[in-house]
Amino acid sequence: MPSEAVGGGRGGKAGREERMVPRAEFRSYYGRPVLKKPRWKAPHMPGYLYLGGLSGAASTMGALADATGRRRLALTGKLTAVAAAAAGSGLLVAELGRPERFLHMLRVFKPTSPMSVGSWVLAAHGGLTGASAASAVTGIAPWLGRAAGAASAVTGPVLATYTGVLIADTAVPAWHEAYRHLPLLFAGSALASAGSAGMIGTPRGEAGPARRMALLGAGLELTVAGALERGAGMREEAELVSEPYRTGRASALLKSGRWLTAAGAAATLSAGRSRTAAVAAGVALTGGALCTRFGVFYAGIASAEDPKYTVVPQRARLTAS
Amino acid sequence: MENSLYGPLANVAEDAGYTDPPARAGFFTDTSVCIGCKACEVACKEWNAIPDDGFALTGMSYDNTGALGASTWRHVAFIEQTAPREVGDSAGSTRWLMASDVCKHCTHAACLDVCPTGALFRTEFSTVVVQQDICNGCAYCVSACPYGVIDRREDDGRAWKCTMCYDRLGDGMEPACAKACPTDSIQYGPLDELRARAQERLGDLHREGVAEARLYGEDENDGVGGTGALFLLLDEPEAYGLPPDPVVTTRDLPAMWKWAGGAALALAGGVAASFLGRR
Ligand code: SF4
Ligand code: SF4
Repeated sequence: MPSEAVGGGRGGKAGREERMVPRAEFRSYYGRPVLKKPRWKAPHMPGYLYLGGLSGAASTMGALADATGRRRLALTGKLTAVAAAAAGSGLLVAELGRPERFLHMLRVFKPTSPMSVGSWVLAAHGGLTGASAASAVTGIAPWLGRAAGAASAVTGPVLATYTGVLIADTAVPAWHEAYRHLPLLFAGSALASAGSAGMIGTPRGEAGPARRMALLGAGLELTVAGALERGAGMREEAELVSEPYRTGRASALLKSGRWLTAAGAAATLSAGRSRTAAVAAGVALTGGALCTRFGVFYAGIASAEDPKYTVVPQRARLTAS
Repeated sequence: MENSLYGPLANVAEDAGYTDPPARAGFFTDTSVCIGCKACEVACKEWNAIPDDGFALTGMSYDNTGALGASTWRHVAFIEQTAPREVGDSAGSTRWLMASDVCKHCTHAACLDVCPTGALFRTEFSTVVVQQDICNGCAYCVSACPYGVIDRREDDGRAWKCTMCYDRLGDGMEPACAKACPTDSIQYGPLDELRARAQERLGDLHREGVAEARLYGEDENDGVGGTGALFLLLDEPEAYGLPPDPVVTTRDLPAMWKWAGGAALALAGGVAASFLGRR
């Protein structure tokens, strides 16, 4: 009699690590997911998460470099910020089912929608970084350019971290339950990304702050990613809900990211003495930041596709109450 | 405007800004009398001119529809179970559960909360509807719905779901599915009345010895503030593909913004600290 599926979801799909987790008993409708799989796709969504972080931290770096008289580092920061904001916006528009309606994002301002808030922040940030970069390159209206750059040091940190709320404010278990981790993870990753751009695009003598950003960011990224993979700081069924970060494609990406970030941080230590080391560090840290974003993305997809991540924590909650 | 994100709401339409709205409209789907005829699925498709969503065989009992989606706004689930039904029946006998699922028209609707364009809106009947001329297909609602109801139609690029036949309600008619249901498994009406009727039916079934009967979505203190579409089920919700204890994701939004604010400050502080050195 073909009856409903009882038991551990789809067999054979999960990686070796799953053996550490006790097999969850749960009921479902023919093993089908409860949730809809996110329609967001790669490389668009994870690419946007990376570019938003890069642009946000780079604009802040550019503004402070400006204020402390580091002209080359300021220019690198400003150009990186505007290029990443433009590329990120392009990915967002391409992600829409109706790209020609992208301006509908600015029809209303809705505080309950992180995507609405983010669209306004991105629009403001894009304008500010554009003005600041244009002025820096052409030398026109330097005072205004500097003011725009300073303002982009406010929009930047918001742009780099709101994306954690963007994906956490969903029913996707691995994203929602990580709402305490994701903004900090993205902040660390953004610091490392912008530091990388600064190291690659600036002579060593001016790139000291970029190197320190890279080190700080790498440390934060490694710490928070580690907590996320272990489920540290998750409140409900931490072991199970963090499992998508330890299995399958997400796990492979997060592991590669960890190695790249650690190697990049190590190379950053010699980046003050060697141009080769600076470029190698920047490339490795950038690779690490990309792996982190793609890993988080695929962990969410995996958690939406398997009903156990939806049903088991909810059933446990009902049993407990 | 103050948005309430969680908990019971006395008047959903008023909370959304309507003055003196009509009574909240709802569905009560009593699965104990569903015969699995799929008249609701067909009536919905016909009235709303919904395109087909493939003609695949799923191998799941009589269910070749599979799930709710962009082009399926009523979905009839078929569950075949074998269990001992009476004393001495050790081999067990088969029972067939059938249930017509639909959008829950949540009191706190995550799809509506997260929609960045305002395409999703609360109607005067307290239902949740997509304005197709506004939706830009960002698909945020798809990931936000805790029931996996709304989806994007890929060839069209926009999000679609049950409207509770908004056009019919406006003319004082009941939704097409409720109209077509031959056993009154799907009932339409003012939600308050339906709630009372559901309690009554539950009491009758319990008195008749159907101890496994239970209501789903009627509790205003649940994670979505209660639903506009109630169900009477004969097994646990997850057996029907329904989440046992869904919570509207925006309940945690204030906390999420706090964590993001902290992270933004940490990022700004990190950059500033990096500029402290001389080199
Ligand atoms: S069930 Fe899903 S699609 Fe329907 S109102 Fe609730 S959140 Fe929106
Ligand atoms: S896909 Fe359409 S209805 Fe859904 S959240 Fe985006 S704009 Fe709103």
